[in-house]
Order: sequence, then C-alpha cells, then structure tokens
Amino acid sequence: MTTDTRLNPHPDTWIEVCRAGIYCIPADAYIDPMQPVARALITHGHADHARGGHESVWATVETINIMQQRYGIEHAVVQTAVAIGEEINLTPEAEYPVLMSLYPAGHILGSAQIKLTYQGVSIVFAGDYKRTPDPSCPAFMPIDCDVFVTEATFALPVFNHPPIQDEMHKLMVSLARFPERCHLVGAYALGKCQRVILGLRQYGYHKPIYLHGALLKLCQTYRDFGYDLGECIAVSDVADYNTLAGEIVIAPPSALTDRWSRKLPDVLTCMASGWMQIRARTKQKRAELPLIISDHCDWQELLDTLDEICPAEVWITHGREDALMHACGKMDIHARALRLIGYEDESNE
Amino acid sequence: MSNFADFSTLLDSLYYTSSTKAKTRLLCEYLARTPDPDRGWAIAALSGTLQLEFFTRSTVKNLMLAHCDPVLFSLSYDYVGEMSETVAHMWPGRDTIEANIDQPMPTLNDIIIEFSTTPKKAIPTCLAGYLDRFTPSQRWALVKLGTRGLRVGVSARLVKNILAEFASNPTIQVSDIETLWHGVAPPYTELLTWLEGKSPKPDVTDRIVFHSVMLAHPVTDDELDLMDFSQWQGEYKYDGIRVQMVASSQGIGMFSRTGDDIAHSFPDVIELWQNTGIHGVFDGELLAFTEDDIATFNQLQQRLNKKKPTKKLMNDIPCGLIIYDCIALGSDAQRRSLVELPLSERHKLFTEVMTPVTQHRLRLSPPLVIDSKDHCIRLRDEVCEQSGQRIEGLMLKRKASLYVPGRPKGQWVKFKRDPMLIDAVIMYAQRGHGKRSSFYSDYTFGCWATNDAGERVILPIGKAYSGFTDAELHEIDKWVRKNTIGRFGPVKEVAKELVFEVAFDAVHYSKRHKSGVALRFPRIHRIRWDKPANEADELETLVGMIAQ
Repeated sequence: MTTDTRLNPHPDTWIEVCRAGIYCIPADAYIDPMQPVARALITHGHADHARGGHESVWATVETINIMQQRYGIEHAVVQTAVAIGEEINLTPEAEYPVLMSLYPAGHILGSAQIKLTYQGVSIVFAGDYKRTPDPSCPAFMPIDCDVFVTEATFALPVFNHPPIQDEMHKLMVSLARFPERCHLVGAYALGKCQRVILGLRQYGYHKPIYLHGALLKLCQTYRDFGYDLGECIAVSDVADYNTLAGEIVIAPPSALTDRWSRKLPDVLTCMASGWMQIRARTKQKRAELPLIISDHCDWQELLDTLDEICPAEVWITHGREDALMHACGKMDIHARALRLIGYEDESNE
Repeated sequence: MSNFADFSTLLDSLYYTSSTKAKTRLLCEYLARTPDPDRGWAIAALSGTLQLEFFTRSTVKNLMLAHCDPVLFSLSYDYVGEMSETVAHMWPGRDTIEANIDQPMPTLNDIIIEFSTTPKKAIPTCLAGYLDRFTPSQRWALVKLGTRGLRVGVSARLVKNILAEFASNPTIQVSDIETLWHGVAPPYTELLTWLEGKSPKPDVTDRIVFHSVMLAHPVTDDELDLMDFSQWQGEYKYDGIRVQMVASSQGIGMFSRTGDDIAHSFPDVIELWQNTGIHGVFDGELLAFTEDDIATFNQLQQRLNKKKPTKKLMNDIPCGLIIYDCIALGSDAQRRSLVELPLSERHKLFTEVMTPVTQHRLRLSPPLVIDSKDHCIRLRDEVCEQSGQRIEGLMLKRKASLYVPGRPKGQWVKFKRDPMLIDAVIMYAQRGHGKRSSFYSDYTFGCWATNDAGERVILPIGKAYSGFTDAELHEIDKWVRKNTIGRFGPVKEVAKELVFEVAFDAVHYSKRHKSGVALRFPRIHRIRWDKPANEADELETLVGMIAQ
C-alpha cells in the first residue's frame, strides 16, 4: 500500500484494527470497542458502538447518560464527560501526548466525531454521521484532519434520501386516506423515534403521539436535554385501544409484527428507515408505508463531505466500502477499507 | 385525471399493500376513475397479457452504462438485486426532472403507442427522454412495464377476481370472466364496458383460445389417511409438460399451462392431432418418445424453446401426447363444454372419441384402481422405480370432480416420489433478487472427487436458491459474510466448511458442467451445521444415481 509520506508518524503505525475494534497504540485506547476494554472512546450511544463493562470511558455527556440508562449507572469505573471542542490529553505522562477532542456528528443525541492528534498528525473518526438537518441533534461539523475515518452504510448512488418533510407528508396523506386505520410507525428507540416525533411537530402535527413502552425512557432523556417532543402518551395508558384508529403510534421495529401490535385497530404498518428506499427491503419488513428517514449520510452527502474535508487519506469502517473506495479513487483521495466486523450492517439503522 | 403518473402511483400502492381487500379497493377505484384504453392497458400489464416488449433489459443496461459509472452501476445492481429499481434510483436526473416540470405527463396509452411504433434504433433516446422527466417511482414503472417484468403482488387470478368485484351486475362471477378471458385482448375495452353494463357480453365462441387449467395440490400424509379410495381415480404422473390442445375448424392450438401457444415448436405433434380430425379442448401431457417407450424429461427439454425445430431434431426426438382430460368436445356451434360434468363422465366421453385414434405417440392415460393408502404408496414406489424417472409419481383425482380452473381444494392431488438427496458442500454464494434482495441466497455447491493429479477436490454440481425458511436464510447469510475467502464480482467464495443436504428430482449427464452432471430442480433440504465437510458425498455417488 502506498502511504502519504507527509504524514509522520503515519497513522498506520499508531492505529490498528483488532478484534475488539480500532485501537490507538500510544493512547492505549479503543474507539467504540465491541468487548470490555481498559480505555474506551465512544462516538455515540447505539448498542453496536457503546457497550457496557469498560474500565474508563470518554464520551459526550449525552452519550454517557444514554450508556448509564442502558448498562447501569456504573457501566464503567471511570466515566469522563467531554465537552464539544474541549481538548483532552489522553497520555499526560508520555513524551508525545495523544490529544483528543469531540465534535458533533449529526447522527443522534450526543453523537460525536473523535479527533486524535499525535505528534502533529490528526485522525478523525466520524462514527456514524449525516448531513441532513435534524432537529434532534446538533449538525455535523466538518473538521480539518489528515485521515478521515468514515462509515459507508449508504454508500451507493442508489441512495438518495428525500427531505424528512416529504416523508411526513406521505404519512399525513395516508392518515387522511385511511382515517380508520391505526398508523403504526416502526422506529428505533434511540434517535429515529425522536426524530420522527420532532419531524411531525415541525410539519405541524400537534396531536398526541402514542408510544410503545420501550421508547419512553429515551424520549424522557431527550426531554431532559431540552428537546420539546410535545404530548406523548404511553400505549399502555390508553384505556380503549379502539380510540387509536387514525392515530400515530410509534414502536420499535421488532414490535411491528409482534403480538403486541395485534391489539391495535386495523394497523397500517409504516417503517422509518434509510433502507426503505429499496422496495424489497420494505417488503422484507412487511411495511405498507415506507418512510425513508435515515440517520446516515446518503451517497451525495458522503461525497460532499469528503470533498469538503479533503483529507490526505480516507479510511472506511463498515458498509458498502467498495463503492466509496471507487469514488475516492476518482476524487484522487487515497482510501482504505478497514473491513471492521461486528457493526450492525443492515438491521440497526 | 389519468396519465402515466396515476398508473405509477397505482403500482406503488399495490406493491406495498398486503391485504387483498385493500388491493381490490385500490384497483376498483382506479378502474372507475380511468377511461379506456388506459385502464385496460393497466389490467393487461398487471395480469401479464401485455405481449409487447418495448425494450430489452440489455437496452436499458447499455443506456445506463452510457450515463453513469459502470463500476458503481454494477455494485448498485448487485446490492439492489433488481435492474428497474437500480435504474430508477441511479438515473442521473435530479436536475432534469425540474427542467421538464412543464411538459405534460403522457397517458399510459401514449407510452404504449410511442414505444410500439418507434423504430428500434430510436428506442434508447426515447427511453432516456422519459427517464429524464420521470420521478424514480415513474422510472421504475416504465422500465418494469417495458421489459414485461411487472410484479406488484397482483396475480392474473387476483385481477380476474377484482374484475368480478368491479362488475356492476352482481350475478357476474369470476368464472364468467375466466371463460371470456383468453378470448378477449388488451386493452380489454369490450370486457370492461360489459362489466360496467354499458355493452353486451363479448362473444368468443369461435376463437382458438386457451382455457384456464385445473391444477393439483401435493397430497399430505394426513390426507392419504382420510381418503376413501373408492371415490378416487389414480393416474400416472408423467414427467413432461402440461399442455392444452384446442382444435376447431379454425385451426389447432397447443398451449402451455400458462396459456402460451407453443404449437410452432411441435409441428410433429400438431400433425399427429390434425390427422385424428378430432375437435375440442383437451388436457394432457407433452412428452418425448423413443421407438417403443416414452423418453425422459431430459430428452424433451432439448425440444423446448426451439422456435422452428429441424427435421433431424424431430426425427431424433419425436414428441407426442398422453391425454387425460377434456374441457370441451366438438367444434364451433356444436362445441359442448364438459366442465360441469364429473371427471367420471368426462373420462367416458373422451375415451369413446379418442380410443379409435390412439397410437404410439398419442395415448390415453390409463386410470388406475387403487384400494388403500398402502397400495397407493406401493404403486407409486414401483412405478417410479421401474419407469427410470419417466413417471414421477401418481395423480389422484376425485371421480366426482368438476373441471374447475385454478387449484380447487380436495379435488386433484399429486403424490410425487420422494426426492433424491445428496450431501454437498457450499462453495459460492450470491445475493438474491426480489424479496431476497441483498441477502446471500443463491448457493453453488459441490461434491468430492479426485482430480487427475490425485488430489481431493470439490467440483460444483449445481445451484439452489430455495428450500430454506427465512430464518435459515438469515443464518446462512450471516455465515456467508463471516466465511468469505474470495470475491469474483458479485460472487463470494466461501470456506469449504458447510454441508447442505440437497434434494433434487433427477440427475443426468451434462457437458455444460465441470462435474459432468446436472441436477433437476435442486433445493436445499436441510442445513447440516453438524456435518464436517469431508463427510459430504462423493461425485461418484451422484453419478450412480443417474437413471439408465
């Protein structure tokens, strides 16, 4: 592999990919490790990136809060909340320190890019990110760096995610057309659910939105951090389920075809996910109304981001890396696929 | 408002709607608000009777390759698993849609006329023009329509049911539509206006048309237990092609079970029938024959899909018929429909007419008397064993069964021989299409052999993409991703570690495969997570299973 000689020491020599995840040798720290480790830097709270049982954890205050909810208050012995833009020295005793700072990734509440600088060479791990405006988290901030580590979840030119208002419009049209049917929207508990709620509020939908029990806690977390979700009611608090005809109920995707949903009146299944752009995916999820709402960049956003940051090298973590590698080649950016295993590739979006 | 956008919206809603009731409502609403001929073209497109192919898949592909990065196209196509949808999303038309916003939207009829009258050379330009103007959904509809690949979860059967529902006169049944169906042609104006009560019933009696056929269910063990065999007629289940002979003063047609006229491929059979002078509609099996017996399906296969067979081919592999039922007897005004008679009566009538003309290549299927479940199993095993794969089991037909198109419950059942089984090792995997898009669901597998250098190798024997449940598919998909050792374009080579028990109907020699054998209808029977690959079967074992 040809490497850029301007980068010295080249991140190849101090960052390695191992079973537990991406490892920074001089900092003795992993980024989003899959297994319990001594020192972990976490980009965001989704379960395939944030796990419990580490000794020390660095993350945004929101991510630490989410991890405490999921894995217990004492999910790690030492939990360091890092403010956006604050510079932390991960190795105060070392001759050459590794400096870390966090910047918004625009993926979900608390999601951050991790920037590491070692002997003047910088690498940014974007984690999962997107560029479309999202009222449920601060926008992605492009950061100057030598190596940019990107995801490639939707890295194919067939992915062109529409504005969320278009999708909210589809939902409203369907509600008007089938006023007798309960519109059950499948959305992941962390991020997608709150984005759908805020998207509906922005569209001008101010009726109560009904929630599956598994979504309540995280919605409360968003409220605690100052997001106004409007009136939300737990489905379990509804006395007569028939009153949910013509209402919007949000549930985790696993509950869509579960026994739980059978108690709802004449369900019309909607699914909120970036994958819904592909017809067969909608069929596989047995959704009748696909809502193309993604937490990740679509193809053009990925290309625009690389163009904007213009790093010396791009490393690709997971997803459709072949296509992005090809595109980098055409943009004359040196690219490398890390072929990480373990990130939820297809289902958890 | 009726135009192509409306049609594309209809397809989208039908595609995503799962309940039959909701689909019926959607299509009836469309038929009511859409004028002729657009609505009739839509019916034809949905039921697969639109015989026009506007452009081939390769035209679309070439057009696409000229407009975008070929590497990205191939990666996208591999991922999406479907050409039309890949084109719909990838066509570089974000700005051109805006630019063309003032152009009037064509009707479905405009599109059909334009594509069927445009010279072949100009088709790509014409297609590109529409792709520029259309939204992704409309592009998808156009490419699907133009390549005759429209599948939106609405079968021809369902279309007929919905048409019966659409009829203003409640006495019109789906069977009325069934009888007319193959006598009327797209855009079905005479049919639709009749259904609305605005015109008389179309008269189709003298047309050479296909009549929908009656099909059988596979029989379950429980059903065999409960059967009163005195009420059932047995027959051999020949391993050929189901055909319907339609003969009248107008001519002779031979239709496949899906209604395609295949007479041109079998002039020898048509001549055979011509010589009998018999008119009517007959149900039977098309088979290849040897000098003194019927031949295997493998032989017949060499006659299929030949637009114009050579004399030599017809001499080498002559074909003929075994007749087992009759839908109508006589010609034109004298034609008598037998569908309302029980099988026992129909059988008596056509046996009387046909017996004088039977010969080596034109036979009647002999009815078998079966008295018990044990007898039935014994007979099936004997006949499958002795016929060397020429007979693949038994048919059991209720003697009182009327001739009901479709697959009515409890009337005709098939009792096939148990499949042959072999343990093979998965070698390669490829992503599936349609419902299985993006899952690794197409597998190539092989058996052990010793090569010229004396080494133990696995040689591919076939490919299968069915037989497993969705849950199993997800597990194999995961296994494939974790055990990939190489890639050839869309094909992943996997570690030779997982054994499939593969079921198949027959095996024969084949020059096309490196292993020298080919399987008929292979499917995954069981996944042997427990079995080490070195205990999979030898190629030799498989060769030993070839019928002599």
